[in-house]
Amino acid sequence: MTTFLQFLIDVLSLGGAYALMALGLVIVYGILRLVNFAYGELIMVAGYSMYLISGSGLPWLAMAAVAVVMSVAAGIATDYVAFRPVRAKSVTAVLITSFAFSALLQNAALLFISPRPRNVPLPEVFSETVEIAGVITPARNLITIAAALILLALFSWLMRRTVIGIAMRAAATNFTMARMLGVPANLIISTAFAISGLLAGVVAMLWIGRIGAVVPGVGLEPLLIAFIATVIGGMRSLQGAVLGGFLLAFIDTTLNFTLPQDLLKFRDAFTFSLVILILLWRPEGLVKGPASGQRT
Amino acid sequence: MAKNLTTILILTGLILLLVAATEVIGVRLFDRIALNLCIALVLVIGLQVFMGNSGILSFAHIGFMGVGAYTSAVLTIPVQMKGMSLPDLYPIVAGVQLSPYIGILLGGLAAAAVAAVVSYPLMRLSDAAAVITSFALLVVLYTIMTHWSVVTNGPRTLFGLPKATTLPLAAGAAILAVIAAVAFKESRAGLLLRTSRDDEVAAGAMGVHIPRLRWQAFILSALFAGIGGALWGHFITSFSPKAFFLKETFVILSMLVIGGANTVTGAVFGAFIVTAVFESLRATEAAINQAQIFTEQVVGLTEIVLAIAMIAVLALRPGGIFATHEIGALLNRRARRKQERSP
Repeated sequence: MTTFLQFLIDVLSLGGAYALMALGLVIVYGILRLVNFAYGELIMVAGYSMYLISGSGLPWLAMAAVAVVMSVAAGIATDYVAFRPVRAKSVTAVLITSFAFSALLQNAALLFISPRPRNVPLPEVFSETVEIAGVITPARNLITIAAALILLALFSWLMRRTVIGIAMRAAATNFTMARMLGVPANLIISTAFAISGLLAGVVAMLWIGRIGAVVPGVGLEPLLIAFIATVIGGMRSLQGAVLGGFLLAFIDTTLNFTLPQDLLKFRDAFTFSLVILILLWRPEGLVKGPASGQRT
Repeated sequence: MAKNLTTILILTGLILLLVAATEVIGVRLFDRIALNLCIALVLVIGLQVFMGNSGILSFAHIGFMGVGAYTSAVLTIPVQMKGMSLPDLYPIVAGVQLSPYIGILLGGLAAAAVAAVVSYPLMRLSDAAAVITSFALLVVLYTIMTHWSVVTNGPRTLFGLPKATTLPLAAGAAILAVIAAVAFKESRAGLLLRTSRDDEVAAGAMGVHIPRLRWQAFILSALFAGIGGALWGHFITSFSPKAFFLKETFVILSMLVIGGANTVTGAVFGAFIVTAVFESLRATEAAINQAQIFTEQVVGLTEIVLAIAMIAVLALRPGGIFATHEIGALLNRRARRKQERSP
């Protein structure tokens, strides 16, 4: 029973973080049908913002808020620098610009800050543990679950009930038609990037909270996780991304609990082979998104 | 046909000129740069064979470079060295010690074989799905290279490769790559594949077997990647899996994108231009570090400039410098116009 509860908490907290990562990637992909390779660097930006303002003496929550704002700004900057100039051209062009922008941000961190890890301030709660029904678990796992639940609820409310959310869903279904009906394309795309940045910022707090330090390459792992989760769940479906995140967490945790140590180091190879297989079996992922129109 | 010959001659001439110039100048630093450039040419042209003709972005290329480098390393490291650099190697290959030239060739073939086995099903995918799977393939290859300690010495540096790559050898490989790439592009398979790049549905409707053509191009591309990787391995003589990941991918990709992915000329010129910029920036970086103007080491400046150049090229000239026509075709057309004007 305690093992089961332990397993459940692990899956939920890991899955919550994964789901948020995947959602941030898929919200851009759903509308633009373009993969944002610079997504991981939004997480890096939030981490370095935390590091840079750590001496300011602000309470942790205020610093976290500033960091999230910075990653939102970086998300919007991605749109302006990497996507808008080449949006109407080939798919490949946009993939390459986002890859280049990711390299740009990473190397900027290398050049202007440092290649070595930098410590990030953490609140007291992150290092405490709590006991539930005989299971001792770090408090940040519970915080992750709570943050994921709140953000997912907020996000689904935004997408279902607000004008901008409905406009974004319309644009994801048929971009040209949505534009004909008066949905401003640039605003929608910038909003998608802003939301992507917001999710990345929150993920950064939870993710970097596990390590306590930030390096220029910190965004790679979340990016890979987001890739796998969206591919498993469904490239064009928001629910699919969340499902994929939790499913991936379930697979990872199960492998962690069952695989012997010397096979465990090949875990990434296993999961990525799984991605390739799933894409072959269902190129659309497990959950089908809305029927797609052409992007512009 | 004449225009293709012109293209091959000009590009070959450019490479020969590079070799001749380096030999004449005789500075060791330039030797190294020219050699690196020739190896980069093999890699970039290899990538162009797949990306240019099929229109699909592939990240896996550098992974195959690693396959080639490690294959050649395992087959050519002297037997007594293997005891030190790869103590746990499987007994079947532990006693093998081939000439590096055969090793380089086998490295290419091994990469092509791996590509042939894993890639056929992937070739059915297009657009973002294709790119993500190729990215996944790169991560899988990298993970295997990092953790298969018996063969690759794990994440640690593998040392002891015999130094065999000379400038003429690398230049020869680059020239062969140019010829093969132009020949493939103008062959029936290349023409059909380019049709599918421009309009997948129409090409499929005309009976083009798209996955099989992409597969052929991918294997040829991996062959060059493997040979390039093995050449690099026998030049650098010690390396770790880190060399075959995103950083290298970024450099090779920027060469192809800035030059123009659709043409072999673009690949060659891109490699020359990017190498020139890269090396001069790196020299600047080193000079700044030497002079100790800043307290910390300056790193990453080169990549930042490259990234900005890539974005600028794609925004202003999405096809790269040589977007659609090979240099031979451009020159031929100009010559014909001149003839028409002066009868």
